[in-house]
Amino acid sequence: MSENLFFSTIELADDHLILGHRLSEWCGHAPTLEEDLSLPNLGLDLLGAATNLYSLASNLEGGKRSEDELAFGRIEKEYKNCLLVEKPNENFGHTMLKQLYFCVFMKLFWNECNSSKNKILAGISEKSQKEMIYHIRHSGEWVIRLGDGTEESHSKMTEAINELHPYTEELFYMSEASLNCAKKNYLPDRLKIKEAWEKEIKDIFKEATLSYPSILHFQIGGRNGIHTETMGHLISTMQYLQRTYPGQTW
Amino acid sequence: METKSTLWEVFIRSKSGLSHKHVGSVHAGDEVMALNAARDTYTRRNEGISIWIVPSAKITASDLNNISETLENSENKIYRHPSFYDIPDDVGHM
Amino acid sequence: MYTQGLTDSLDEAVETPEFFQAFQKRIDSEEKIEPNDPMPNAYRKTLIRQISQHAHSEIVGMLPEGNWITRAPTLKRKTILLAKVQDEGGHGLYLYAAAETLGISREEMTEQLLVGKAKYSSIFNYPTLSWADIGAIGWLVDGAAIMNQIPLCRCSYGPYARAMVKICKEESFHQRQGFEIMMTLSKGCKEQKEMAQDALNRWWWPSLMMFGPPDTESNNTDQSMKWKIKRFTNDELRQKFLDATVPQAKHLNLIIPDKNLTWDTDLNNGEGGYSHGPIDWDEFWRVVKGNGPMAKDRLRARKKAWEEGKWVRDAVAAFAKKKQPTVGKN
Repeated sequence: MSENLFFSTIELADDHLILGHRLSEWCGHAPTLEEDLSLPNLGLDLLGAATNLYSLASNLEGGKRSEDELAFGRIEKEYKNCLLVEKPNENFGHTMLKQLYFCVFMKLFWNECNSSKNKILAGISEKSQKEMIYHIRHSGEWVIRLGDGTEESHSKMTEAINELHPYTEELFYMSEASLNCAKKNYLPDRLKIKEAWEKEIKDIFKEATLSYPSILHFQIGGRNGIHTETMGHLISTMQYLQRTYPGQTW
Repeated sequence: METKSTLWEVFIRSKSGLSHKHVGSVHAGDEVMALNAARDTYTRRNEGISIWIVPSAKITASDLNNISETLENSENKIYRHPSFYDIPDDVGHM
Repeated sequence: MYTQGLTDSLDEAVETPEFFQAFQKRIDSEEKIEPNDPMPNAYRKTLIRQISQHAHSEIVGMLPEGNWITRAPTLKRKTILLAKVQDEGGHGLYLYAAAETLGISREEMTEQLLVGKAKYSSIFNYPTLSWADIGAIGWLVDGAAIMNQIPLCRCSYGPYARAMVKICKEESFHQRQGFEIMMTLSKGCKEQKEMAQDALNRWWWPSLMMFGPPDTESNNTDQSMKWKIKRFTNDELRQKFLDATVPQAKHLNLIIPDKNLTWDTDLNNGEGGYSHGPIDWDEFWRVVKGNGPMAKDRLRARKKAWEEGKWVRDAVAAFAKKKQPTVGKN
């Protein structure tokens, strides 16, 4: 079980680290000064959760690798984040939509996690759930305003949906490790969350005057370490100092 | 130049038992976004448990030391911000 | 009422010698001037310039450090740096808010910055070339900013003073995290020590220049001091900074790149202080006049963010208009 829980925790930790990293790219470049303050807040919440999750993973491995060694020291195929979170920030609308997709999922996920047999996970889920409510409010209100704003913003949001929606199915994909964890009540069954997720997204899209798409072909691969091309560049940047000066204290 | 966005004054109650205190202002399109902005700007270090936001132009002020007989339009605003005053469209860019 | 009347006509008629005296009396008795108080046009204009420049500096200042967020070496450093740069944005926001109480809008100030009409602290036109630069900026640049900012907490204009109090509370975290980075590097491997020394070599003199030209060459200062917008002279602040920082460098086992740095027993009214070598004022003016290494890049980045965000801001305005209750205009 320890190994299954380790890999499932890594999936969650990587999701939060990579999405937090993408959010941090906005700092100093947001459409308004107010968003230059809000986006880092979202990023900081995710990086905080990532740190706690890597810490748990490190413990599950018996301390073989530290949090930072896990976060910065693996090769690309060892990262198990879903593809959605590594997608680049095409524009502000993309970022808000991606955030909405992920955070509605995580809120529902963490809610199920409150009763996890692992006390640390239960603790992380209690804190993160509260944060996700705020993230949903923030990103949801933006999706509504951009969807129901100008013709230009509406069309940009439609384009964002077409680009990102194919990556949402992976949120409900269960790797072997996470299937085993669900069986033993350590982590939720992701498929059970799908209906509630779809309803919440549909409700917001309706208010945003955006159409909920019907996707024929979904993109998956992240949970098995098969990423998109942007992931390589992301980790090259992120790992640069650790790779160049291995084993140092910062 | 871009159209001016709405300016909102922000008031925070920092602790139970205290009243709301004016802490500054934010720009936002509507009250929901103004509340979000106020939270992200003025409560990052847990500085508050309650936020009030008000469009700056809606606040009526009176300076008790400089009271005049006629309440001139400019003297009852909290400060003289360009967006507090409606410019008729045909006046052109200002 | 039209906006162009606001800052001019109401005041022009009343700027008599008595008016100035009454205003000065308030200043001298340490009373705070608030937004609707009568004030000389020059006081208002100087404050708008100073506060907006200060705000622009915070915003542009997000860029050199923001440059290293995605390369921060650990989870802790990543989080701290992101929080610090976010704070700087916040400081800019508090300052823009204070400037707006004087009759200028955020959009107007943004335009002034983007068209190159407004200045900002030229320290931010230097590049951040290594992780150690992040340490050096926190230690030296924020350190210098603190020297400047603490006296401003007692500035005569209420909204500016209050914004400065808020900023100063947050600023000490900034300097501490920078110094801590330098300490970690200076105790690290050979390459890290070299990285720290190299960053100090490049950021030292620009940090001293942050306090501006020597007192003998500064205009503006006299009236600003009289109106308690400025509370210490450039040289006084520079001296304070030097005296605080030199021992810190010693603690880090780093060498300050100034062969002429000595202890002078006559300084500080006989208490003694550090005396620095000649500052390259040619470089200072070159950078102030817009020829710093990263000057064009900083403005380009700000323009890009602003232009690429236009569709978002337009959508916000359109949405707000749609949701307004439709009341007939009368």
